[in-house]
Amino acid sequence: MKIKVKDVVFQYDSVKVLENVTFEACSGELTCILGPNGSGKTTLLKCIDNILKPKTGAILINGKVVSQLKREELARIIGVVPQNESTTYLYTVLDMVLMGREPYLGRFGDISRADLEIVEEVMKLTNIFHLVERTVNELSGGEFQRVLIARALAQDPKVLLLDEPTSHLDINHQLELMELIRRITKEKKLVTLMTTHDLNIAVRFGEKFLLLNSGKIYASGSFEDVFRPEILENVFRVKTKIQYDPSLKHYFIIPLNPVR
Amino acid sequence: MGVHHNEIKKIGKIYGVVFKRKFKRKITLFILSGFLLTSIIFSTGIGCTFVSLNTVMAAIFNVLTLGGNSANLQYTTVVIDVRLPRAVMGALVGGALAVSGCILQSMLRNPLASPYIIGVCSAAAFGASLAILFQAEIGSIPMLGVLYVPVFAFIFSIAAMFFVYYFSRVRGKISVEGLILIGVATMLLFSALTSILQYIAYEELRSIVVWLMGGLWQVSWKHVIIAFPGILLCVTITALFSRKLNLVAIGEETALSLGVDVEKLKKYLFVLVCLLTAFAVSFTGPIGFIGLIIPHIMRIFVGNDNTVLMPASFLGGAIFLVWMDVAARMLIAPAELPVGILTSLFGAPFFIYLWHKNKGRVLG
Repeated sequence: MKIKVKDVVFQYDSVKVLENVTFEACSGELTCILGPNGSGKTTLLKCIDNILKPKTGAILINGKVVSQLKREELARIIGVVPQNESTTYLYTVLDMVLMGREPYLGRFGDISRADLEIVEEVMKLTNIFHLVERTVNELSGGEFQRVLIARALAQDPKVLLLDEPTSHLDINHQLELMELIRRITKEKKLVTLMTTHDLNIAVRFGEKFLLLNSGKIYASGSFEDVFRPEILENVFRVKTKIQYDPSLKHYFIIPLNPVR
Repeated sequence: MGVHHNEIKKIGKIYGVVFKRKFKRKITLFILSGFLLTSIIFSTGIGCTFVSLNTVMAAIFNVLTLGGNSANLQYTTVVIDVRLPRAVMGALVGGALAVSGCILQSMLRNPLASPYIIGVCSAAAFGASLAILFQAEIGSIPMLGVLYVPVFAFIFSIAAMFFVYYFSRVRGKISVEGLILIGVATMLLFSALTSILQYIAYEELRSIVVWLMGGLWQVSWKHVIIAFPGILLCVTITALFSRKLNLVAIGEETALSLGVDVEKLKKYLFVLVCLLTAFAVSFTGPIGFIGLIIPHIMRIFVGNDNTVLMPASFLGGAIFLVWMDVAARMLIAPAELPVGILTSLFGAPFFIYLWHKNKGRVLG
């Protein structure tokens, strides 16, 4: 399973948001999409899910062109965890996760035993099984994120897109959630793409990186390709120190001061 | 065997939760249906002449068996020809308005949405006022008969539907904000036009004002025969979309990424809601409150899942209007009040009480 993004250009009216974005991601791999506010991270995710239609270029998943698939077909391939899902009407956790089965149900279909087995499996995997009958307003931020992940997993997707999944969480829940994301990426062999502003989360959990700057890919590849002080300074306009901690065996990005 | 047993145990809990919930829903809908049926039958006995339940049943039985039972049925006319069509129409109209409101509240993700805000109701009111005002000039169209006013109301509602649909699209898509704003603007436009008609009307003013208050007293079987299949068909079709509507209620992008063709769904549901509303208000005049509040009352009892909320709203709206119509003909008997006044007069305090008691728990 492979996802290919080729020369994607997207614009809102006259403003170009994405320019010639090209990259590939493979299954079992967690790719972090980084970049300052307005650099096009969320737009890129929405283009991959065909919610926004690129002006030119193509997105292929295993050779299939995303824009030619029906919504229902696409929903069986791509699961999405949106950034802030606010709800006017409250649903229970079970309702929310069952919604992930929608692309398999058809118009007249009803939830089957097989659907329930899948729903139970993903609820256990994301550790929300004990919350089955709660309504979503009775959940903590971390629990709600896990519900959204469970819903996406219930779609039985090959690709998982997460838009800043850790942004509203405390450090404990951030780490817990990232460990979960890493685990499901490996276990279910997902192509996982997530956007984040937290460089240290990215460094610790990401395997590949994509650094966007005003709609263009500024740098991409492994840690060494992306995390260099001069690159970060050019893109984020912040001086940084990149430090290796031998006891923890990984790198830390320490922001120093903004460049004026 | 052991493996099989484990399998059952494995999904035991979730299966239990789903099964229990399905069962509870079936029971709720069954009870509501039963209550609606008995409401219709009982209500035909109540009016300025009381008819005993035995006589009502005998009259209904008599009609069902095509007059086979020739017992003394002096009340047959009152029960079968006057009150039964009113009760059936009340149920249909109440149900149609409540389902419309329920769909709009989810589709527009706005708890204030009701059939009124899409402009269809006030267009119907304008059409009806026009028909009443110019009855002398164009009322002689022979084949319309008792359908004269409803037909005008219906035509204008459908015109308003196309109008609102056309102008609320942004880049070929129905915009939720657009639908609300254009709908409200259309509503106000037709209200103003109706006011002009009221202002220039003289002899017909009372008829127009009374029609605008909404009532079921003009209803006969001729109306029911048209409204019945129309409303039932639309309600049945909307039920096919109820599960997908839950996803749209969360958000359009979420619904898209879960495989719902959101634009198609919105288009179909918008047309269905307009048709339902048009069928309802064309025959009875605009009856307020039901479309806004009945769905919220049902939310308190059955939750926000549209697969159960939509049928529950239909039944709730139906029961509510049947009994409000009884109140309308009883309160100042032998005269009648327009039922549109009573729905708000009784419904609003009831809803305020319920919502307060439940601490507004249902909405997030």
